[in-house]
Amino acid sequence: MPEQDPKVRARNFEEVACGYRLEDALREAERCLQCPDEPCVRGCPVGIDIPGFIKKITEKHFNGAYDVITDTNLLPSVCGRVCPQENQCEGVCTVGLPENRLEPVAIGRLERFVGDMAIAEGWENVPYIEASGFKVGIVGAGPAGMACAADMAKAGCEVIVYEAFHTPGGVLKYGIPDFRLPNDVIDAEIQKLRNLGVRFECNTLVGRLFTIEQMVTDMGFHAVFIGTGAGYPSFMGIPGESLNGVLSANELLTRCNLMRARDFPNFDTPLQPGKHVAVIGAGNTAMDALRVSLRLGADSVHCIYRRSKKEAPARVEEIHHAEQEGVDFNWLTSPVEILGDASNNVRALRCVKMELGEPDESGRRRPVVVPGSEFEFEADMVVFAIGTNANPILGQTAKLKLNKWGYIATDDSLATSIAGVYAGGDIVTGAATVIQAMGAGRKAARSMKAYLGLRDSDAVYDTGAGGSLFGIPREEHGFAQVRVAK
Amino acid sequence: MAQANGAQGFEILAREDYSDVTYMLEVAHPLMAKAAKPGQFVIVMEHEHGERIPLTIADFDRERGTITLVIQAVGKTTKEMQANCKVGTRLFAMVGPMGIPSHIGKAKKVICVGGGLGVAPVYPQARAYKESGAYVIGVVGFRNKDLMFWQDKFAKVCDELIVCTDDGSTGIKGLVTEGIKQAVAKHSDIDEVVAIGPPIMMKGCSEATRAHGIKTMVSLNPVMVDGTGMCGGCRVKVGDQVKFACVDGPDFDGHQVDFDDLMARLVRYKRAEHDALERWQESCRIRADKIVDLKTAVLGNEAEVPIDVQPSTDG
Repeated sequence: MPEQDPKVRARNFEEVACGYRLEDALREAERCLQCPDEPCVRGCPVGIDIPGFIKKITEKHFNGAYDVITDTNLLPSVCGRVCPQENQCEGVCTVGLPENRLEPVAIGRLERFVGDMAIAEGWENVPYIEASGFKVGIVGAGPAGMACAADMAKAGCEVIVYEAFHTPGGVLKYGIPDFRLPNDVIDAEIQKLRNLGVRFECNTLVGRLFTIEQMVTDMGFHAVFIGTGAGYPSFMGIPGESLNGVLSANELLTRCNLMRARDFPNFDTPLQPGKHVAVIGAGNTAMDALRVSLRLGADSVHCIYRRSKKEAPARVEEIHHAEQEGVDFNWLTSPVEILGDASNNVRALRCVKMELGEPDESGRRRPVVVPGSEFEFEADMVVFAIGTNANPILGQTAKLKLNKWGYIATDDSLATSIAGVYAGGDIVTGAATVIQAMGAGRKAARSMKAYLGLRDSDAVYDTGAGGSLFGIPREEHGFAQVRVAK
Repeated sequence: MAQANGAQGFEILAREDYSDVTYMLEVAHPLMAKAAKPGQFVIVMEHEHGERIPLTIADFDRERGTITLVIQAVGKTTKEMQANCKVGTRLFAMVGPMGIPSHIGKAKKVICVGGGLGVAPVYPQARAYKESGAYVIGVVGFRNKDLMFWQDKFAKVCDELIVCTDDGSTGIKGLVTEGIKQAVAKHSDIDEVVAIGPPIMMKGCSEATRAHGIKTMVSLNPVMVDGTGMCGGCRVKVGDQVKFACVDGPDFDGHQVDFDDLMARLVRYKRAEHDALERWQESCRIRADKIVDLKTAVLGNEAEVPIDVQPSTDG
């Protein structure tokens, strides 16, 4: 896929990957084998009919491809950009099997192509909706809430989505930077939800303005979905963390992306950009923080991670992009102290070198300190991107059962301890990906429909036991010519 | 919510100016007025390009369905609000009530201390204590008599009211700590002190009560972005722990708070805030030169107010 030149793009907020042209998409779609066992569909957390939409592309029936995708996924432009396809659909693609020595079909890029074309052409996939008379409340307008809202609206429910920020989108807006996911793409996808009848109520902090209990009693919601995300960023507890110039990746990204501090002073939110920035952590959020810092004009940007590149949780593509743009990666390095100057600003970061020892409980080799390896380097901004903890607001205000880490406890159907209240996404699992959150939102929607007694055409024959249908295992669906009723 | 009538934003129903730099806004938000409790705060954006600033709820009226905010014009955002927020205009965003409400315990005798702008947010607590049956001693401090406000409101909910001014133009001459000293000398059975104001004042109050072993609660208002526990910008040191003021507070035990750390962190964006203010004032000057008629309206409050450490008004 065409990309902006790394030297140029490292200084602007334009999208890095420019997207397929028509001929690229057609060529790529031809590579799909249309294999009957559909490993890609099983690799997709929301189960998009991937061979189905690719076939439509080869037929140049793009509107049809869009309809196929949006049967299961309302946000193709978003997911095509930010899903870790290499671990999902593309990771199990038959074409890409190691023995074939070929790249897998670029499913994500094709999905994005179709989604973007739909936005450009103004296509909608609004089904006939018959009002069910049920009212559903959704807490949090991020990916989990949006996915759940779409399904419940299609099931004929009156859906209201509450959002604490002044604009919907959640992590798609405040977290993921424009050069990976432009804001107008998110706005277009949100508009589609509105067209389905979903209402967004921003500036609404559920828990404090009203409680979850009030929603299901006084406010007349028949079911509620909680998708508030994890939030609460972690710090390491090393000396110097309260110096000025130390912040969480969430703060950096929110100021820059949502509040547009990068356009200060045309926008009022300030951000003191660093000249020498150190970002601690090597997940996708860390990559975003690194690349945002470059674009804000930093001279040097360092990634500090205590394990090696192989263990880094970020997508391979993100690390690759960051390397291209000039990020200095310090693998096997762990910070021990942030040093400040007389006026309480960060001046340097002190680190130690690590080496990999025996595997720990996660199966990854545990990093251990190399004795006497301490060193310092100049930094005026230190960003922590080492994960988040559970946001405490709903736990403080509702009698929801929480697990030992403070996340909301749910059963397999994503039901919480309060009848009619479901939860999914990061507030249940801890930090994960956009598509996993969307998958959870859809799963909760299925459970909510069952709870409300709504007919669910997607699940009507689904016995739940590994997708087997009338005793025929899912792998043989194609052979038996039986498909789950749509 | 408040947009139910179709218009965007939150309507300002009343405004009162207490001085050249202090003004009160009463904003319509019936649902929030119902939910708000003493000690909580809101985050406000004046317009779409604005910043999110935390403001402590100074009062709420459940019948009128309004939230009252008292604001001091110190930075760009608060000065711009001072110029633009008139009755009938709308705030682009207002979210809340945020934070854990103040714990109005079984204290029988309390001192409610407000310094400067802090006088406003301590009022709902004084009222709540009065309603719970406590003996309430109010201590309010201002730089001078002209800056004083809400004396009548306090008089209604306080059994005793001590006014302090820096220059002695009314009440006793001295800081609020002087007022606390007097109250403590007179009453040996104070259960709790609630102090709200600039960090240096809350630090002084906490030091004044430490020797007496009187529980002292302070309300912290550090730099915030979202106010929902997501950014960590508002982290404060309390005892040996790091807490987020927005979701773990904003009330903390004053004897445990590291005020020096708080004050050092408050000036993080000082330079950017200063630049923004200069630029805005310059643009006002240009506009005022062009439209002579509007000159007084726009430049009316261009007093030389230094950008000092004023947490309540500039996020």
